[in-house]
Amino acid sequence: MLALQMQHISKSFPGVRALSDVSFDLRPGEVHALVGENGAGKSTLMKILAGAISADQGDILIDDKPVNIANPAQAIAAGVGVIYQEFNLVPHLSVAENIFLGREPRNAGFIRWGELWAGAQRELDRIEARISPRSLVAGLSVAQQQLVEIAKALSLKARIIVMDEPSATLTDHELLTLFAIISTLKQEGVSVVYISHRLEEIFEVADRVTVLRDGQHVATEDVANLTREDIVRMMIGRELETVEFTTSATPRPLLQVEGLTRAVGEPPLSLTLHEGEILGIAGLVGAGRTEFVRAVFGADRPVGGSVTLDGVAVPLGSVRAAIRRGIGLVPEDRKQQGLILDMAIRENITLANLKAVASGGFVRPKAERHAAEGYVDDLRIATPSIEQKARNLSGGTQQKVALAKWLFTKCKVLIFDEPTRGVDVGAKGEIHEIMRALARQGAGIIMISSELPEVLKMSDRVIVMREGHVTGEVPRAEATQERIMTLATGGR
Amino acid sequence: MASGARISVAEFLFRYGIVAGLVILCLGFAIFTPEHLFVQKDNIINVANQISINCILAVGMTFVIITAGIDLSVGSVLAVAGVLVAMAMGGATGAVAVCIGLATGLAVGGLAGWFNGACVANFGLPPFIATLAMMLVARGAAFVISHGQPVYNLPDTFRKIGQSPELPIPIPVFIMAAVVAVAWVLLSKTTFGRYVLAIGGNEEAARLSGIAVARVKALVYAMAGALAGLAGVILASKLGSGDPKSGQFYELDAIAAVVVGGTSLMGGRGSIFGTVIGALIIGVMNNGLSLLEVDQYWQWIVKGGVILTAVLLDQTAKR
Repeated sequence: MLALQMQHISKSFPGVRALSDVSFDLRPGEVHALVGENGAGKSTLMKILAGAISADQGDILIDDKPVNIANPAQAIAAGVGVIYQEFNLVPHLSVAENIFLGREPRNAGFIRWGELWAGAQRELDRIEARISPRSLVAGLSVAQQQLVEIAKALSLKARIIVMDEPSATLTDHELLTLFAIISTLKQEGVSVVYISHRLEEIFEVADRVTVLRDGQHVATEDVANLTREDIVRMMIGRELETVEFTTSATPRPLLQVEGLTRAVGEPPLSLTLHEGEILGIAGLVGAGRTEFVRAVFGADRPVGGSVTLDGVAVPLGSVRAAIRRGIGLVPEDRKQQGLILDMAIRENITLANLKAVASGGFVRPKAERHAAEGYVDDLRIATPSIEQKARNLSGGTQQKVALAKWLFTKCKVLIFDEPTRGVDVGAKGEIHEIMRALARQGAGIIMISSELPEVLKMSDRVIVMREGHVTGEVPRAEATQERIMTLATGGR
Repeated sequence: MASGARISVAEFLFRYGIVAGLVILCLGFAIFTPEHLFVQKDNIINVANQISINCILAVGMTFVIITAGIDLSVGSVLAVAGVLVAMAMGGATGAVAVCIGLATGLAVGGLAGWFNGACVANFGLPPFIATLAMMLVARGAAFVISHGQPVYNLPDTFRKIGQSPELPIPIPVFIMAAVVAVAWVLLSKTTFGRYVLAIGGNEEAARLSGIAVARVKALVYAMAGALAGLAGVILASKLGSGDPKSGQFYELDAIAAVVVGGTSLMGGRGSIFGTVIGALIIGVMNNGLSLLEVDQYWQWIVKGGVILTAVLLDQTAKR
């Protein structure tokens, strides 16, 4: 018996064939990884399973019986639970209220709170989540919120759980907890579809893997029979060239941050960035890395300290001043902070330096198009037109647009906050290559990343943060996963 | 989109759908009004004259709404500007009177709008609350300053702005056309317009791109206020007095025109072209329904229905 069979699924959107004749199945108690580059059709396939959209053709069978999934309610009734990258939780309600949202135990319209707390506790215990049912979701970490989502899916009697990029926002430690939960689920006979761009995880957690490319099924194999290179080759349809590390760091200091204090009571932070250097900032989620670089960039006003670029002080707490002096920040959350989603690629690229393609307050359309087209070509931004809205682009393409915006400001220091989160393998390599090229041209790069392999691959030097402090600085030659994790977690 | 050369199918349908709606409305009135009164030359000019004030207010409102804000105070600001314009001109005559009137109207409106902008942009008040307060303050001020009575005895030259039947096209129509043209250029051709759209689309991303969000917003509200002042000048001239009771609910007509014209209340999306069409639809309905001698109360009901339909269309087009 198979837990799930999706047979010969096809789906078209206006102008795009998103899926063509894709079949996918799940054994009971199996973890089945679904991989492919952005736009390969993973999300579309899972949205069909979740009832968010309906297939043009194809059948879905659950426990060998045909089912009709036309809307999310039918998917839930059929035992399908989906944990999306962006959680569907109500921040200002408690954990228990979220788990039972819309199906609270009731008596004549009044919620039976005792039952609610106890029921939520039961679901949380099942996955050994140490979270109080009474906590507000808004106060939980991302990892904890994910656990709430899993508990919610289980409380809905889900037999099939889809996890869309569950690891994207987790630290390595939290990831281990997630893997433990997944193995508990397996023992209970729950099947898991695991979508991830991080191939290392697939070898740790998955039994089988299905690769999609351009809306077509490429292969389904036991993970044990494959290597990482095999999967990458199937995903991108070609060999991925691995770039040797080359340094372009010079001893000349470019950016000096001294005693920067975010808020009263927070520790003062300092760093020096050299010309041509890529400086990695490692640490767990919540270690204060994002807050630190935001303060450097002026996005938040620090209470003390100094930022000096090329020997000249940069006024604190002003994004405008920072940009004028040549500092850029590619933020972590490109949808909320990096891009104007309803604006065209062209408009997003020129936004931070619109004056460069304007005269007397008027935008020069030809110059603007020219600039945007230049970056679309240089960065290989996959789009039919510079007029395409940012909303319609895949994660990797959006990130390249966000990056192009800063390249257009000709900044000397570019800060990347999780530059490749949610970005597919191909685009990730390209983004890394752009960072290298910038460094070669003499720019200084600061890169925050929660992905240790990325930190190790890219950085000339790594600083590690924990609980708001800088706990260590490691030159490239001495940087190892163990050394960095020790500094990040405070272990010995 | 005002800013893009190409538009999607949905946007095309919506943009020209609303034009089609206007055309159908006009055809209907042309056919059914007695002696085809609606399409007589005098009536067409009359419609243009009637919508001028609402259209000017709506243009300012368009910018505010694109930043995801709202300005409830324009009707009251129009009234207080009208009263102060009437008083400021005193015994002045000739072109001097017109200049004093215009300057006072723009200054009073601009100041009130700038105050709105400061509350919203610098102190982070919700636009609804800031401009609701201004709506009350400005209306109250209009009554206090005028002792509750319209200020009469306006200079003849000033009254000419709104009352010159000898001209083939009334002056308010020219003023409206100029305002529309400048606003269209501002929104779709300048860096300022781009910043307004960017702030409405994603304020945080705009700020992190180095856009002076507070300054742009303050300017947008000041502009809406100044245009309300300008509308106050025109209305005072038409009425022959600065009337503290004037302009009541004008803000709602202006918002309706903007929304019917396809500008999103969520911000980031909108056009001056749409607003003009929106103002025309509302104006044509007022005029046509009156010609058909439809009861005033029924006119309100019909207007409400049209606004609902237009916004429903807009949402459908977006999907």
